[in-house]
Amino acid sequence: MILSLTRVACARGGRLLFAGVSLDLAPGEAMIVTGPNGIGKSSLLRVAAGLLAPFDGIVVRSAPVALMTDDLALDAERTLADVLTFWARLDRGGAARERVAAAIETVGLSPIAGIPVRLLSTGQRRRAALARVLASQVPLWLLDEPGNGLDSAGLAMLEQVIARHRAGGGAVVLTTHQPLSVPGARTLALDERVPA
Amino acid sequence: MSAAWTLIARDVRRGYAGGGAGLVCGFFLLAVILFPFAIGPDRMMLARIGAGAIWVAALLAALLPVDRLVAPDCESGWFDQVAVRGLSLPLVMLLRIVAHWLAFAPPLMLAALVASGLFGLDGAAVLRVELGLLLGTPGLAALAVATGALTAGLRGAGAVAGLLLLPLALPLLIFGAGDDGMGGAKLLAALSLLLVTGAPWLAAAAIRSVRD
Repeated sequence: MILSLTRVACARGGRLLFAGVSLDLAPGEAMIVTGPNGIGKSSLLRVAAGLLAPFDGIVVRSAPVALMTDDLALDAERTLADVLTFWARLDRGGAARERVAAAIETVGLSPIAGIPVRLLSTGQRRRAALARVLASQVPLWLLDEPGNGLDSAGLAMLEQVIARHRAGGGAVVLTTHQPLSVPGARTLALDERVPA
Repeated sequence: MSAAWTLIARDVRRGYAGGGAGLVCGFFLLAVILFPFAIGPDRMMLARIGAGAIWVAALLAALLPVDRLVAPDCESGWFDQVAVRGLSLPLVMLLRIVAHWLAFAPPLMLAALVASGLFGLDGAAVLRVELGLLLGTPGLAALAVATGALTAGLRGAGAVAGLLLLPLALPLLIFGAGDDGMGGAKLLAALSLLLVTGAPWLAAAAIRSVRD
């Protein structure tokens, strides 16, 4: 198992968001977390990433994690290639420049790899965040609304990238409000785990 | 080791980018120049208060970058990305202190040379001021990073940072500006060491509490 949650509960601001969430994710598997706004989908991903301590239950990760959220965390004044290389250097493994160049190519940002991040549009920022996930080359991806702001070509690219990652033995947990085609993905409906 | 180098290089670059270091030096020199205007052009008097004035100006200048040291990275989710990569947060904060010192102390010590000239300090006094700054600025950098972490996400963080940092920097000022030979320098170095070892833990705890 790459990721294993056992009866996990999450509380924010003194309120119990969800409880009794269990999931096991093996290599090649994908899980789509659904539910209305504010149900705790992002919090579940943060718990899985180890950024939030679960209120109850056990979280076990057996592999490094790549996390993609709304927060871009790319220095606005530096060029896309430089700032992605910075993060790739913090990931394990060498050849950061080459990994980043390949990732930028995959998400279709090669023509603008040399411009500062502050000039990127919303969709380009999402692609940049996805490129950071790709360049990290870790088995477990946690993607929070990865399709937000992407055009139809971007969504197709996203589906393709996820499929390739799973084919290579990776696992994905993602939240989405868009209809994303992730063949064979299991669904976790978080609104069924809200304590009465 | 290469991760440490990557983090330091990024923060040093940020420190010098956008004229950050120049701003600190400019502010420091302006603050120093105020003293002769306020006190009058009495050479003896200026030479006597010179070291103290330089230290007061250095403390005030140390406040300037505080709100840029940690808060932007808290807002942009930068620390989340660091955390998922399994890097130790106190270690990251220690590296940030090192980087801030590299971006803050050398320009300030150069500007202090100019300020020493303005006050007409003699060679021995200049050496004492520079040695004091060399030993005291690591402590100041640690305080600045810790204060920046504690005030990250607060409204009016700049004013709160001043209220927090200046009292804590008072011991540095006392031993830095004091004229009591090597004893004072040793105490100053000890204080700096204490601040540099303590501040990373404090800053990391503050950032974790913002994250939750």
